[in-house]
Parts: sequence; structure tokens; C-alpha cells
Amino acid sequence: MSAEAVRRRAGSRPERDPEAMSAATRAETVTAPSETTEELGRWSGKSVRRTEDGRLLKGQGKFADDHWVHRQGFAQFVRSPHAHAKIVSIDTSKAMSLDGVFTVLTGEEAKEMCEVPFFQIAPEPGGKLQEWPLAVDKVRYHGDAVAVVLAETRELARDAAELVEVEYEPLEAIVDGVAAAESGAPVLHEEIGSNVAWQGTYDYGDIDWALENADHVVKIDRLHFHRFSSTPLECNAAVVDWDPGTGVVEVFSNNQMPMFGSMVIGPTLGVPSNKLIFSSQDIGGAFGIKIGSYPQLAALALLSKKAGRPAKWAESRSEHMLSAGHGNERSFVDIEVPVQSDGTILGFKVKAFDNAGAYLHYEPLGAVIWSQVTPGCYRMKHIRVDFTQTLTNKCPTIPNRGYSRLQHLWMIERIVDIVAQELDFDPVELRRRNYVQPEDYPYETPNRCVYDSGDLPRSLELALEAIDAPKWLERQRELGTGSGKRIGIGIGSTLDSGTNNFGQARIVNPELPFSGNGEAAYVKLDLYGEVNVNIGTTPQGQSHETTAAQVVADILNMDHGDVNVTAGFDQRHNTYVAFSGTYASQFAVTGLGAVMGAARKLRDEIITLAAYALEADEDEIVLENGACHVRDDPERAIPFIGLANMALSNNAVLTPELRERISLNCRYVYTPPFDVPDAETKTGNITLTYASQIHAAVVEIDEETGKLEILDYVAVDDCGRVINPQIVEGQVHGATALGIGAALYEAFDYDPSGQLQQSSFYEYHALTAPDMPMIKYADIESPSPFTPNGAKGMGEGGGAPLSTICSAIQDALGDRDAVVSDSHNPWWRIHELLRSGENGGPRGVEVSSR
Amino acid sequence: MSDAGTVHPIRVTINGEAYERTVESRQLLVHFIRDTLALKGTHIGCDTGNCGACTIIVNGKLIKSCMMLAVQADGAEVETVESLAEDGELNPIQKAFHAEHGLQCGYCTPGLLMSATYLLRNNPNPSEEEILRGIRGNICRCTGYVNVVRAVQVAAGAEPTAGAASREEAAR
Repeated sequence: MSAEAVRRRAGSRPERDPEAMSAATRAETVTAPSETTEELGRWSGKSVRRTEDGRLLKGQGKFADDHWVHRQGFAQFVRSPHAHAKIVSIDTSKAMSLDGVFTVLTGEEAKEMCEVPFFQIAPEPGGKLQEWPLAVDKVRYHGDAVAVVLAETRELARDAAELVEVEYEPLEAIVDGVAAAESGAPVLHEEIGSNVAWQGTYDYGDIDWALENADHVVKIDRLHFHRFSSTPLECNAAVVDWDPGTGVVEVFSNNQMPMFGSMVIGPTLGVPSNKLIFSSQDIGGAFGIKIGSYPQLAALALLSKKAGRPAKWAESRSEHMLSAGHGNERSFVDIEVPVQSDGTILGFKVKAFDNAGAYLHYEPLGAVIWSQVTPGCYRMKHIRVDFTQTLTNKCPTIPNRGYSRLQHLWMIERIVDIVAQELDFDPVELRRRNYVQPEDYPYETPNRCVYDSGDLPRSLELALEAIDAPKWLERQRELGTGSGKRIGIGIGSTLDSGTNNFGQARIVNPELPFSGNGEAAYVKLDLYGEVNVNIGTTPQGQSHETTAAQVVADILNMDHGDVNVTAGFDQRHNTYVAFSGTYASQFAVTGLGAVMGAARKLRDEIITLAAYALEADEDEIVLENGACHVRDDPERAIPFIGLANMALSNNAVLTPELRERISLNCRYVYTPPFDVPDAETKTGNITLTYASQIHAAVVEIDEETGKLEILDYVAVDDCGRVINPQIVEGQVHGATALGIGAALYEAFDYDPSGQLQQSSFYEYHALTAPDMPMIKYADIESPSPFTPNGAKGMGEGGGAPLSTICSAIQDALGDRDAVVSDSHNPWWRIHELLRSGENGGPRGVEVSSR
Repeated sequence: MSDAGTVHPIRVTINGEAYERTVESRQLLVHFIRDTLALKGTHIGCDTGNCGACTIIVNGKLIKSCMMLAVQADGAEVETVESLAEDGELNPIQKAFHAEHGLQCGYCTPGLLMSATYLLRNNPNPSEEEILRGIRGNICRCTGYVNVVRAVQVAAGAEPTAGAASREEAAR
């Protein structure tokens, strides 16, 4: 496809008339072998407009803070100003004396109301960590919650929280994730005995042999992936009501993985899962961060129990920045890369230190999840990663878009660019040479993951065409020195692994009884024959109502607009499994897999019932637009309303056998074909699908100030069969924007005493519209042979922009020889890089050749 | 402190309807709109005037309602997202956001719609640069702004060309 075609495509508008819609908006289809993929129907593959939009555009969405209930009080947490301190005393008397304050709950009281501390994923010693809903005895990060107030109004709750007097005895803080592992570092959790939450070696192939026999070995002292968050625009919020009569705890919130939350806090609260009822409707973005609200939800449950009334909480932005969870910060130390003279990169060896912050929220799963993409996009065979996850006096981490893989993928992309620079390879050619090739799929990685399909060289070609790379190379040469400007062209090659196998949890802790994955859906005919779908997912903008309706409409051969998908999740009426929720790039596989299964079951029941009603054979029944007729005899027909009547309100007309068989309410649980991984060798297929992203950027850097401008940017995406192209493109835009924001602006920095430096959008500078290049987009489709519809999960985007921007900066630096070693490159860091090159500063890179 | 709060009667017209209420002097306009009047379309994404989720139009000017006290709106004419639809039907700007997929989670959308409304009232044919500047006060974490710009282009009767070419190519 030419750059022209990319432009045309980007500017093309999906047709207004659904009948006139075609799959012609697809840029190109690359077909990979597929056994399970079936014909897409009338709706799948088309840019059907979103069902969700109507209410959201009119301000009629129902977000967590829009929910009010009778007798509710407003909750306000009291948070620690210290990073590390003993709690000497808490005096709530002044707060309680305010008129309108219902109650104050302290950490000690909360602990006494709990059965057990939160469940830990880590094996011992990390697993000895004790966390309660509120801090007990000591605080471990700036923002750790020590108490929570319930009062009549929002304002009063804030006043009262300020009157809670907490006496602290400050302790020495540790914020560096590498230094935290050293003996002598201040220890956060005495019960563990050190700050090491998890440690293990991933060793594949024979890296020692490769390092000994390679033509060159490139050594990189240290790379650092910084801390940031996708900061969903809606902060955490909830109404939690502990009903003293029934013992039911209702949690209306915006938590995005409620079943995980339930499994963690249920035993702590002593509430069985059938009495811990989560629900949500619209969620204002989440990106993984909203997996992490369960400790607050547990505290609110106890607060409600103590006060005898519902507790309503709306987190403030500064509270969100302090305590809602950050993405993982990771340092890569002592990297060694064996490279052959022809450019073949044999693998790498690295010590990785992942800084998980003060408590283990979902961690240490990040210590294994990166290994879904162990060799990145490359055919590297010999890899050893010594992985250590440490606890520090920073906000606990929580999965953030691209979770744990983007750090690792960024390191690999840095390796490739640094190898290119040091050994004088063209970075584009080096990638081409080392990519997994189209004929390699399904490709087994050294740790026995299976890359399902793709065409990385073709994606790269499309990316280079879209930015017109030759033009910029020419411009780069013309510019030369002395202009005060530098142009850099960068490539980022990443994978968005989706539908993970929870069996990987056993690689961090062999005792854990987790494996597989899945999602559940109901598809039914309602009283008057209406088609209704509900799913166990908790979408936050991913358009599940629209895409689920598309696939159901295809299976029942009807208009997608006539399929209602229940908005939101309610544990009382939605079906679910323990894996339910919306996270980890999987809806197109697990969610739609469940919906398709349930719709097929319903179709079969409809056919059986229609055949009975029309006195025809089942194979003669044709479904069309909400009715059934006999093939070649359209007069012999019955609409869905007639079938619903027979089954639901007129069932004496049925035979006993049909009454027994037909419910018109069909449930299906989709489960991916996974085995339990081998914990000993740390191998196994731990993810089902691999969407790929090849991004290319052209940047211009001002030598005087370090200011960077993105002159051109393209994202080439491949997520297998696409259900709704417009929705996929939108998510690619979004993932790209978050990556560009993180690469150039957004970071959570702590000073050495553990004070967070960014507590509002002023300091954090979330990417605004003028900061964002209007990016180009192109795609190819390599259907997954392993999924029910050929689709791959997508949406996280692999953090490709972080790799791409660093690659472009490296290219722009050129002969200045400084090495881009941090993922965060605001103007001042680029300025430093320019100066350090001039001054011949330490580069942190060394090459030895045979 | 609760005893520091004095109360004031105010009269505000919101989306053509007059409301008379007594408010605490410290109550933010956004809390008055959301909590007191239960108009939940206007959202809160920060408390510092950065995110623009609470953007509304007051006396013809675009403002962030977390940056204004309810008492300051006494006598004002206020427009919120709830004013946009016409007899329950999406207006042309809303339709353009729908057509161009200019929203995902929808949380920033009410604020963005008000900014777009204000922009197009004052500049019916904005350039791409002018659109980007016109929505700079609204943070969106889902869309990367590309489809939002396309939506505003379409609402202005133009082709949705954002992302079709590099900035340099587009300027030609």
C-alpha cells in the first residue's frame, strides 16, 4: 500500500448507510493459515456505529459517582504525608465532634473487623506480607491510608479528615528498586525480612555459550523504564453498602476486574462471594489501573458496616495520583548481547529489577507476565533474565496498559537500536533480519509460548511507506550539522499478547491453583421475543455492547440494532466466571467467544422450536430478521415473539420433551485451549494471541533546548480478524497517545525521602490535544488460528510509542554517541543527552569483538 | 471548616430552566450542578482545572465548572451537555462524534462537546490547528484526540482529514 493509500484510508469515513457498508475500509488483508475461522457475517468486520454513544453523548451515562443511594454518607480517606513511618497514635475525637460526622474507622479497628489479611499471590518469603484494608502500625508510602471518615456531605467529610490527628515517627525511606534489594536497605515489611518480593531466573537456550562464541558482545550497563499511569479520566469511585439484615455487601463501583477483587477481599471481610455483589455501568477509562481499587473497597465495606449506612466515595485526582496505583518501574542492569557479524542477534542476558512499590497488588504476576514476550518480535534463542521484584516506599503498582510486557519490549527495542549503533548496522535492516518471519508461524519461543500469526516485515514496510522514509533520510542528510536541528527516524516493534493463561501464576508460585482463562455470556429471547445479551465483562470504552451485538446478529441473521446488550455488569443478573472482567486484551477472543457460543445455542433452540411450530424439519428452518420460515416457503413462518410465547408463557402447547430441552436462555462459557505451564522450567503457552504493532516516527530535535517535535507518525496494527475496524483504529489511536504521553511528558517521580512530585495534572502533564500528532494508521489482518473468530485481543498496544520515540531520539543523536537509556525523555533529558555526547560523557555501552 | 461556611440564595438558569437554591459559599459550581440539581452529565476528572470534564458554557463563555463557585453563578445563564440534544435527537456535533467515533469511555465527552460547541459558535470553519487549540483544555485518555478532531471537522461541514497526512503535508 502506498503512502497515498494510507492517507486516503485515514481520511475515509465509514459509510452512513449500514447496507452500503463494506469491508473495503480494510487496508490490506494478509491471510494466514486458519482452521477455526469461519465466514464473517453481515455485521462482523464492518464499522458499525456504537450503541453506547447515544447515552454518553447526551450526558446520560451512569458512572460510579453518578450513583446515589438513600442514607448514604460521604467517605474521605486520611492519607499519610510520610513515605515510611511508624503510626504512634491516631486521635479521632476532634473529627467525631463535628456535627454530621457519622464515624471514623482507623487501621487498627479495621484489622479487628477482618478475618484474615489480603490473599497474597507470592510464595514465601514475599507471601508473608500482611496487608489490611487500612495501614496498621506503620505507613509505607506517601498516600498510604490510615483511616477513613464517613460524614453527611463531601465537604464535611474533608473537614473531618483534616481533624483526624495522626502522630507519626518517620523512618528512613527507600525508593530505588535496585538498592531496595541490597542488604542494609530499610525494610518495609519486617515479616518478609527483606524488600525482595520475588526472585527467579528465566534461562532459555544457552546464553553462556552464545556470549562465548558470538562475533561481538554488546554490553549495556543500565536501562531504566520509568513509572507512569494511564490516569483514567474518571477516578475511582464507589458506593458500598453492608446490609445488616441480609449480610449482603453491595459494591457499585468502577472496578474493572470485580471477580479478582471479590476473591481477594471476600475472605478478609468474612463475606462469601455470593453475598459480595459487584456492579457497575459506565466506567470512565481504566487501562488496568482500576483493577487496584479493592483495598479501598474493603475499607469502605467495613466503614459501612461500622456506620450502619452506605459509604459513598469519589476519589480526588491527587488521591488517585498518590494511591490508585502506578505502572511498573523497571531497571535493567548488566545487559549482555551476543551478536554475529551478519547481524543475527543471538539473545541477551539481563538482571531486571521491578519496583512494585509498597504492597503487592496483583503482584508479583508482573514478574512472569513479561515472559509472554520473552524474545519480543525476534528469533532470539538464548535468553537469561534474572528477575527480582522489590518493595519500596512508593505507591503500589497495578497493571497499566501493556502491563509488564511493555517494559520488557522496550528493553529489547533499545537493545536492537544500541546494537545497530555500536556495530554500525542499519536499524531497519537489523530488525528485518531478526524478526520472526511470516513462514515461521505458529512460532514457538524459547519458553514455549506460541506466536500465532503475523507478518512483521510487511507491517514494517507499510510503516516506512506511510511516513515516506526515503524523503526523511534525504532531509536528514541535507540538514547536516550547523542547522541547530536534528531529524531522527525511529521504529518500534511490539506485541500485544492477549488472553493470558492464568497458569503462569504457577511460575511465580507453584502452589497456586490457577490456570486457563475464560468468559461467560447469556444470550436469550425475552418475553416478547427480544434478543438480549449479557456478559461478564466490565467495559471502559471498548464498545462491547456494539461488537457483541454484531456477532450475535450475524449468528441469528438479524439486524444488529435489534440485539440488546445489557449495559454494564451486575453480579445479580450477569453471568460470569472467576476470570470475568475487562483487562489484558482479550474481549474479542474470550468475550466474543462466549457470546458466539451462547448465540449458537440459542439459534439451535430457536430452530428446534420453529421446526415444531411449523411442522418442518430442522434443516429446513431459515432465520431471518427476527423470524423463522421454511426454506422456499416464506409463508410458513413464525416470528421470535411467537417462539418466546410458546416457550415462556404458553408452554402447555409444547411436548414434555421440548419443555425439558428449550429455555431460550442460553449460557456459554468460552475457555481457551490451555495446558498448565511447567513451573520448574518456566515454560509453556502462557498467552493465546499476539497482536503486533509496528510504529514509525519522524522527530525533529532543537539542539539548543532539547525540544522535540513529532513531524510524522504512523501506527501499523495487526490484531487478526477485525470485528469493527473503526473501533480497532480508535483503540490504536488511544494506546499510541498514552505511549507518546509517557515517552515525552508523563512520569511519577519521587524525591529520596519518598515524596511524590506529581499530584495533579499540572505537574503530571497528561497529554493534551496540541501535544498529540495526528497520527496515520494502517493495518493488516493475520487471523489467529487459535481463536473462535480469528480475532486477537488488542487495545493495550504493547507500548510501541515508547520504543519508537526512543529509537527516533537515538537516530537524531547520531554521531553525538549518547545512548538513550531511559524511557522518559522530556526536553530536559534530551538536552542532557545532547550535552553528554558533546562532553564525551559516560555512555554506559561497551563492545567486545572476537 | 463547616462553621466557616455561610449560605446564600442563588438563582441560576440552566439549559433554559430557572433554579432557585440556597448554597454554601464554598460549594463549587460543578457540585451544585451534579449533587444539588442531579444533572449528572457534567463530570469531574480533577480538582485543579486541568482536565476539562466539567466544561460548561456560562453567559456565553466556556468555563470549567470546578473553577467557579456556585454563588458566582448567581443570575447566570448556564449551558451543559444536557442542552445539546434536540427533542432527544443528537445535534449535528453529537452526530459527528458518533459518526467519527470521537468517544470511547465517554467520560470526557460532555466537556469536549461543550468546547466543540463553543469553538464552532465562534469559529464555524476552524483549521486543524484551531481545533487542537480549541480542545486543549479537555484531557481525553481514550481517543488520542484524532477522532475528536475528525468529529469537529465533520461538525463544521469539512472532510475528516486529521491523521491523513503529516503536519507538513497537511499544511501544504
